[in-house]
Amino acid sequence: MGRILTYREAIREGLIEEMEHDSNVILLGEDIGVYGGAYKVTKGLLDKFGPSRVIDSPMSESLIVGAGVGMAILGLRPVVEIMYIDFTPLASDQIINQAAKYHFMTGGNVKVPLVIRTQQGTGRSAAAQHSQSLEAWYAHIPGLKVVLPSTPYDAKGLIKAAIRDDNPVMFIEHKGLYNLKGEVPEEDYVVEIGKADIKRVGNDITILTYSKMVHSCLQAAEELEKDEGISVEIVDLRSINPIDNETIKNSVSKTQRALVVTEANKTAGMSAEIFSRVIELVPNIKKVARLAGKDTIIGCSPVLEKASIPSIEEIKKAVLELLK
Amino acid sequence: MKHLQTPESRLFYMMLIRSFEMKVAEMFAYGKLAGTMFHLSVGQEATAVGAIAAIEEGDYITSHHRGHGHMIALGADIKKMMAEMFGKRTGYCKGKGGSMHIADIKLGNLGANGIVGAGIPIATGAALALKYKKSDKVVLCFFGDGAVNEGTFHESLNFAALYKLPVIFIIENNKYALSTPVEKASSVPELYKRACAYGIPGEFADGMDVEDVYMVTKRAVERARKGLGPTLIECKTYRYYGHSRSDPAPYRSKEEEKKWKERDPIEQYKRKLLANGVIKKEDLEVMERKIEEILNEAVEYADNSPYPEPSEIYEDIYTR
Repeated sequence: MGRILTYREAIREGLIEEMEHDSNVILLGEDIGVYGGAYKVTKGLLDKFGPSRVIDSPMSESLIVGAGVGMAILGLRPVVEIMYIDFTPLASDQIINQAAKYHFMTGGNVKVPLVIRTQQGTGRSAAAQHSQSLEAWYAHIPGLKVVLPSTPYDAKGLIKAAIRDDNPVMFIEHKGLYNLKGEVPEEDYVVEIGKADIKRVGNDITILTYSKMVHSCLQAAEELEKDEGISVEIVDLRSINPIDNETIKNSVSKTQRALVVTEANKTAGMSAEIFSRVIELVPNIKKVARLAGKDTIIGCSPVLEKASIPSIEEIKKAVLELLK
Repeated sequence: MKHLQTPESRLFYMMLIRSFEMKVAEMFAYGKLAGTMFHLSVGQEATAVGAIAAIEEGDYITSHHRGHGHMIALGADIKKMMAEMFGKRTGYCKGKGGSMHIADIKLGNLGANGIVGAGIPIATGAALALKYKKSDKVVLCFFGDGAVNEGTFHESLNFAALYKLPVIFIIENNKYALSTPVEKASSVPELYKRACAYGIPGEFADGMDVEDVYMVTKRAVERARKGLGPTLIECKTYRYYGHSRSDPAPYRSKEEEKKWKERDPIEQYKRKLLANGVIKKEDLEVMERKIEEILNEAVEYADNSPYPEPSEIYEDIYTR
């Protein structure tokens, strides 16, 4: 049976279930204990599981991820939290050179079942160092899996899948989604990593997107249907490494038109990767375009912030352009 | 480690490490090896053997780019090590890791590392896992004098001290971070003194004396096993060769090299054991012959082993 939970509660419930199910699951991060995490995802977990399983770390991002690698190597299933994805550069060696590569460079001798939870994106006037969308950096690294849930259902299913995965997984939340409500089953379920989800069925055009942009695209699609009679299909990739080629191919083959939408800025971002895949997968496609965040630095003022990422109006305009 | 409990065995393993390194240098000169990234630990054998003699089966180590000695001291399969140097698929890492990434959890090695200081948080995390599992095992974390100036050193020592983790941080101070001498890199060149910043013991060991390294490490291991937390140990030693096979070490004097070689850890220990009657000249000959045999066999094995298939680039990226 489903209940209505927020995105935040859904992640928390996923963590609790996996911690109850497996005593090897332990949490490490800054202010995740008494304080409950910067976005309160881990609120109450310290009381429930105690300080040996919910460990408050000093401000030491390299240590947080590195200790996660060390724990994972010895058979634990750590979930470490980096408060903002903007802080992951402080831990980037441990993410890129250690967690991602350990299994390969030891010839498969060592496994790293590590989850790195973090959050990104705009929406809180948090300015240049707390609002970026850096998922492409990590999707570029073989050895990492990268997931970005857009709904409470996906968030719970993906956090559980990430914890059970024997590979390092970057679990990237969106700070603008924590209060989003949605139906979440009570029974145990996982969302398979690498499987996209069709969030809206349509026939005229496919929008390929993920994370919070899914919701902007959904709203744009509703308005386009109502005002213009256009039927938009929305594919929520959910996972950007691995990418679900099959779902992209099926949807785009059907609609013959595709728009890629990302909050992350355009140059060398995921929009370029998805755009290229569309052409590789459906070479005879009629039209494809991308709408990404602007190539700028996110400003603090709500006006600047809003102008930096695709708006619903821009999404609608891009769709209409492709259907000309 | 059981196999390092007698003076003869400690001497034997130090000799084996040196001969392995010399064989690597020889094979490099013959063009047999994959690349130039071979960081030889000749001169530093006493730190590897002395420290590893102080732990038990079931304990762990993390190693670094100059890590052949640690692996050999743990009792590694020399054939698989040599095959890895050759880039062959029968090597420890199937030819994927090479000299800098050998790991074997069963043997206790959680991994060498190509990034200076990167193993320190990993060792700390492993110690956290051991503490969580209520194990009495410990982790020896080896790194060089260069690594103490990486942020990971500070982050990890602070955390390990806060949570009283069973980890022993061992600085193998061989005087140079590539070409930069300790005095030019660390404002306080007595590196063990940094322990006071974390409220943990800072110990000094003569890295050219296997028994001194053993005793200092043993003390730290006992402390860690009792739940009293980490220790920082500085072993002062010397790297006889350059940083890697592409470094002729022009930044230091022949006089300095000579001075250190007079205190050679193997020759010193040999003299001591011969003088005390612990070993005889004939014992040394037996050891030397055995080592030659082991290494010849390893080279033959590596030479005759196949290279990986190109298609193996797609294996071991992810596990199932």
